[in-house]
Amino acid sequence: MLAWTIYVSFLGAAALMLAPRDDARAARLIALLAASAGFGIALAGAFQATPGELKTIVKIPWIRSLGIEYYLAADGISLTLLLLTGVVAVAGVLFSWNVEHRAKEFFAFYLALIGGVYGVFLSFDLFLLFVFYELAIIPKYFLIAIWGSTRKEYGAMKLALYSFAGSALVFIGLLAAYVTAGAKTMSLVELARYPFARDFQLWVFPLVFVGFGVLAGLWPFHTWAPTGHVAAPTAGSMLLAGVVMKLGAYGCLRVAMTLFPRGLDGWGFSVLGLGSWRDLLSLLAAIGIVYGAMVALVQKDFKFVIGYSSVSQMGFVLLGLLTLDPVGLNGAVLQMFSHGLVGGLLFAVVGRMVYDRTHTRQLAELQGMRLERLLPFAAVSFVLGGVASMGLPGFSGFVAELQVLLGAWRAFPVLGALAGLGLLVGVAYILRALQMAFFGEPASARPGAGAAADLAPISVPERLGAALLIGASLLVGLFPQLLLHLIAPSFASPLFGELLKGAGP
Amino acid sequence: MNGAPLLTALTLLPLVGGTVVIGLAPDQKQLARRLGLGFSLAGLALAMVLWARFNPAYQGGDSGPAFQFEERYSWIPALAVEYHLGMDGLGLLMVLLSALVVPMALLASGLIEERVPLYFGLVLWLEAGLFGTFTALNFIHWFLFWELSLVPAFFLIRLWGGPLRSEAATQFFVYTMAGSIALLVGFLGLFLAGGKFDFIQLSELGRAGGLVPALAAKLGWHGAGGERLALVIFAGVFFGFAVKVPLIPFHTWLPGAYAEAPTGTTMLLSGLMSKMGVYGLLRILAPIFPDQMRQLRTPLLWLAVITILLSASAAIAQKDLKRTLAYSSINHLGYCLLGIFAVAGPGSMAAWPATERAAALEGVLLQMFNHGLTVATLFWFVGLLEERGGGLRGLADFGGLRKVAPVLCGLMGIGLFSSLGLPGLNGFVGEFLIFKGVFPLATWAACLSVLGLLLTAVFILTILHRVFYGPLNPSWSKLPDLTVAERVRVLPAIALMFALGIYPQWVLGAIHGTVARLVEGLKP
Amino acid sequence: MSYLQLLEQAAPETMLVVAALGLLSADLLGLRGLESRFRRLICALIACAGCAAAIGWLVVFPHQANFLGGMLVADPMIRLVKIGLVVLTVFTVLLSVETDFTPHVGEYFALVLFGTVGMMFLVSAEDLLMIFISLEFTSLSLYILTAFDKRNVHSTEAALKYFLFGSVAAAFTLFGISLLYGIAGSTNLAEIARAAAGNAVRAIDGGDGSAGKLIDPLLAGAMVMTILGFGFKVAAAPFHLWAPDAYQGAPIPSAAFIASASKVASFFIFAKVMSTGFAGFEGSGAWQAVRAGWVPVLAVLAGASMVVGNLAALVQSSVRRLLAYSAVAHAGYMLLGVMSGAGLGLAPLVYYALTYSLGVVGAFGVVSVVQQHTGGDRLADFAGLSRRAPALSFCMMIFMLSLAGIPPLAGFFGKFYLFSAALGVGAPPLGLLWLVGLAIAMSAVSLYYYLQVLKQIYVVEASPSPLAHPAPVTAWTLVALAVGVVALGCAPDLLTEKLAAALRAVGV
Repeated sequence: MLAWTIYVSFLGAAALMLAPRDDARAARLIALLAASAGFGIALAGAFQATPGELKTIVKIPWIRSLGIEYYLAADGISLTLLLLTGVVAVAGVLFSWNVEHRAKEFFAFYLALIGGVYGVFLSFDLFLLFVFYELAIIPKYFLIAIWGSTRKEYGAMKLALYSFAGSALVFIGLLAAYVTAGAKTMSLVELARYPFARDFQLWVFPLVFVGFGVLAGLWPFHTWAPTGHVAAPTAGSMLLAGVVMKLGAYGCLRVAMTLFPRGLDGWGFSVLGLGSWRDLLSLLAAIGIVYGAMVALVQKDFKFVIGYSSVSQMGFVLLGLLTLDPVGLNGAVLQMFSHGLVGGLLFAVVGRMVYDRTHTRQLAELQGMRLERLLPFAAVSFVLGGVASMGLPGFSGFVAELQVLLGAWRAFPVLGALAGLGLLVGVAYILRALQMAFFGEPASARPGAGAAADLAPISVPERLGAALLIGASLLVGLFPQLLLHLIAPSFASPLFGELLKGAGP
Repeated sequence: MNGAPLLTALTLLPLVGGTVVIGLAPDQKQLARRLGLGFSLAGLALAMVLWARFNPAYQGGDSGPAFQFEERYSWIPALAVEYHLGMDGLGLLMVLLSALVVPMALLASGLIEERVPLYFGLVLWLEAGLFGTFTALNFIHWFLFWELSLVPAFFLIRLWGGPLRSEAATQFFVYTMAGSIALLVGFLGLFLAGGKFDFIQLSELGRAGGLVPALAAKLGWHGAGGERLALVIFAGVFFGFAVKVPLIPFHTWLPGAYAEAPTGTTMLLSGLMSKMGVYGLLRILAPIFPDQMRQLRTPLLWLAVITILLSASAAIAQKDLKRTLAYSSINHLGYCLLGIFAVAGPGSMAAWPATERAAALEGVLLQMFNHGLTVATLFWFVGLLEERGGGLRGLADFGGLRKVAPVLCGLMGIGLFSSLGLPGLNGFVGEFLIFKGVFPLATWAACLSVLGLLLTAVFILTILHRVFYGPLNPSWSKLPDLTVAERVRVLPAIALMFALGIYPQWVLGAIHGTVARLVEGLKP
Repeated sequence: MSYLQLLEQAAPETMLVVAALGLLSADLLGLRGLESRFRRLICALIACAGCAAAIGWLVVFPHQANFLGGMLVADPMIRLVKIGLVVLTVFTVLLSVETDFTPHVGEYFALVLFGTVGMMFLVSAEDLLMIFISLEFTSLSLYILTAFDKRNVHSTEAALKYFLFGSVAAAFTLFGISLLYGIAGSTNLAEIARAAAGNAVRAIDGGDGSAGKLIDPLLAGAMVMTILGFGFKVAAAPFHLWAPDAYQGAPIPSAAFIASASKVASFFIFAKVMSTGFAGFEGSGAWQAVRAGWVPVLAVLAGASMVVGNLAALVQSSVRRLLAYSAVAHAGYMLLGVMSGAGLGLAPLVYYALTYSLGVVGAFGVVSVVQQHTGGDRLADFAGLSRRAPALSFCMMIFMLSLAGIPPLAGFFGKFYLFSAALGVGAPPLGLLWLVGLAIAMSAVSLYYYLQVLKQIYVVEASPSPLAHPAPVTAWTLVALAVGVVALGCAPDLLTEKLAAALRAVGV
């Protein structure tokens, strides 16, 4: 049944193409319907799921002569990310309620992207996974290039090319693995069983991991993220930060680490104290955490703050993955979920609630507007989102980062400390943005303050969307067991056996 | 014993109350004030009930040591996180203090005019945070409230503070977060070693000296031996609390925050939130890291002494009453730390009878309570003075006020003397007990600290002299005295000072058992 | 073997010829008076009828035969390719219906069919002479088709260039062939291979006792000459210089024809010549393990084509030139297929060539519509097309993305098929990884210019030009092409299964 998350989205997209041209309202409703349907299906699936089981949904031969199958399956990890996709998708539609310009195309691309994302999270045949993975690139491009804002075409092209370059790396790796394993099957489960030679893994693993990592905002390949996020329309950046970056991280875990666990072993020599891809990549992840936060701290553009913050937040995911420690991995997956919600919320506040009304994102200009009085709801949402992204307990971020740090403590304490530093800087940039954007002093009033006086009140869909995201984050923050009981057992499956065997001390 | 979930109720009450109050329309100021006060008083009542039902002689709940009103449910089994509440003498004391000071603070906030519901709501949330902190027995659960209390405080300063509020608020928040993160990271280390987040179990581990080997076993492969790791973790946790108390040199956020915050908030910050730090030291650091405390005793004592002396001298140097009081507050908590560190005596002294230690610790607890009460009252008075002085609160701005406002000066004088530690007032007993305990345990530190008492006397008397006595500053010839309403409001606080000064048994009675257990726990 | 059998064997070609002559005469006798649109329509109908008949024949009577020592061979694979060629011809014809670049309608369609006939003979030949003859036959018709737009000077220029380059290429090929004949004393590919294996190789004793093979310089020369000649035909860098002008100057249907059908045929025969004629002289293009042979030579050509084609395409402002350079790049990819001919057989190459042709024909079709409405094929002329002709734009998106190799379109699976085959070549496998890696990296680059086109269509706001409604025939042709591209992408089995069957039949 979960497969219908994909179909519903694509059907929605198709329906939109056929919809009357200039009826924005119909388009919205269709989109909302499709998105909620997907979310509903994901929820239902999550409720029926039996923890720890890899549930096959569809498994039929697709391209016989190459042993490629149409193979959809789901375990706890996929389910978590499906749920995330569902929530963010619905919220995204709600926050795009004001899209009038070429609305139906907008939502068509939007749903196509969602469908692709669902597909990636459900595919257990690598060919299929890759198909969906690339399928998601093109809608992204158009969403940004057509409906985006500052330097949209540049941002869009940069994003598309980075993604494509990344997937090229992945493609090479997959082809090599496929051919080496005898060109008989692309099934993840099968290939995971195939004993690839250690040396082979040692060069394929980084290829695939980095290839996916590009999309996960792995430093220093993250530069597409801020520009892309900023250029994208609100819903676009919500999806980018919310789910698309997760695609990368998911790929790192599901493909790179599952297929080539030995690729994390030591090289047998060490450079600057780095003795393996694991050391190097985890270092990059930690740098990403701190660097992203530091840069976010000095941004002048409100949206850039959030853009870089998501780089920093994704750093936690990658770090968690590389701990190779069950707790750390749980944390990473949970962090994917959490950041999906929180990042989405923050982008919604910045892009929709603030920018669409004030038409500026310059913190210096916003400072003059005392938005916390004009848009109290926006202020509250941002405070909650900010607090959540700081990782204050009670919100989903806390439990996630907690586990990542736990894993890091065990695996590489120094990086763990670095991550802690990143957390602190995170607090700082959120506070800074909060103070400048919402609690600015009227003393420093600038032109624009006057114009800001008559801002449209926050609309109902916006309130709903924000409530949805915050609610989800709180729920998971207070009862992480809801997701953990799905995620944790998944790592006990034989798929990860090889990976976790080599874990720890 | 999962009886009536009193503690949960205690935490939920202000939480719900705050939510209700915030929900009010901005213009329903009176209603907001009344509701806010009502909820805080209800909290006080509940605290009283707890006090009444609290059994000092109680020994052994399910989890061994004497925690009463325990509630315990599994929360995140994957991480051994439980919803675990319980109360011993220490907790009770702190809860009572919070329940007392919050209404005072609300009363003192009568002048807040803008966004009243938000203000009162935030204060109530802060109270919830405090209650939670003082009753939670599982780290994660505890940490939740520890952080929760931070956010309202931030906004209270940020939105209603003085001219420099923005910087002050940010500094306060970031500093404390730094502490919290260090704390968190440290505790994660502990968890990896002990597989527990529960204070009681962890303290048993620490007491049995099992910490170092556990660390060595679980994290030892990083080359650092268990010893070093234990010290690192200790440092992290300690830093977390030291910032909160604060301990010089981690105090730089404090004067700004205290000075910029509106009166009511300052009362909460100084009277209650600073106690969270000390509470943490007593509830968490000392029981879990007795060996490390013993190892680091001397440097820690030095820190305490330095804190006492420097803060006192700094207080003298201040020109702003609020800042003066801020530093004096650091100074007073310095005595608590002195007591705690002294009690964590070296092994050799373990042979001694535990009475000194007990005395010192009782002094510490008492001092916490008293200081909370006194300093809150004093800030209140400064606030009143500020209202009358049209926002002025400089040491030099006033003079000879006692001619025009005898009552105000009289009552404030009592407060000042209480913080000076005049016998017969509450301040005295605590400090006396601390010194009584510390002299035999760490004579040199005690002697040095006595200087602190003298310096305190200096600046207290300066205040009395510069503000109340001397020639009347003509511009204040019309300065109104306390109104009847105000007198009625402050009177309970003053009364309590006398009461505790004369009959400290009220408090001591409740804490004997707890103190004894703490001392026991420190024994090598 | 009787002439009847021969006729039976060559029936499809014959049908096309008949059709060509038929429409010539019809045009000559009856249609002069009619309005040119009807003339085109009728001629096209006749042509299509012929094609249909040919396809029908091919489908209904599957032969497996070999006449006159490889002069005319029929096996399932060849049959598939022939069908593909005829189908592409049909599309070309249909796309020509709405274009009015020439009054000489009959001649035009006749030439298209003749070209096709040439190609069909080409792919079914395993004898160098036959190959050369049919190659020339095809080329001649293509030269004329290129020059067909007499009013347009570019067309003539392009034709001249094409012709000159082509004849030089032919010369090279002929030279190569003669050398081969000298070596082997036969023009049959298989025999050449056999003979060459015998006397064109000297076993040499590398000092350390490792026995190596030294290829006879004559044979090496022949090999290079042949590769050179075919290199021109398939427009592989550095022999691609004629392509951009031809693609841009020629009448669009002719360009499409050149870019699609002729490419399929040339590549098929190229691969066949290499893998049969020079069997045993593959050598190895493996990284740091290069052994002399034709694979390394092709590897160099392939690499050059990918780089040159993609990089040059980046800076084009004319969509047709852009397509031309992208064609060079794709030639590079297909060379990979030629190299892996020994391995998975020609299946990947055929699949890739056919799907690529579908995409490129479609793209040219869209270009022709746009050109009719805006009078140009510059990127700017596509601005805001999506607002004026959504369906057309959508088709263009499909073609472009398929060429870029974005799933789930045919182009993507083609790449996957081709590359995995190329990686499988040689023992140990992954020898050509460096080249495949380059190919994939370059296809990442190619996304940029394909997106440039789509950007104009979808992102740039509409320029105030009339609504572009393609005429029904063109429209439906394009839709059919788009559907084909999507279908072959989503269900490659439609083709791969047949290819696999064909391979089994020829026993690879």
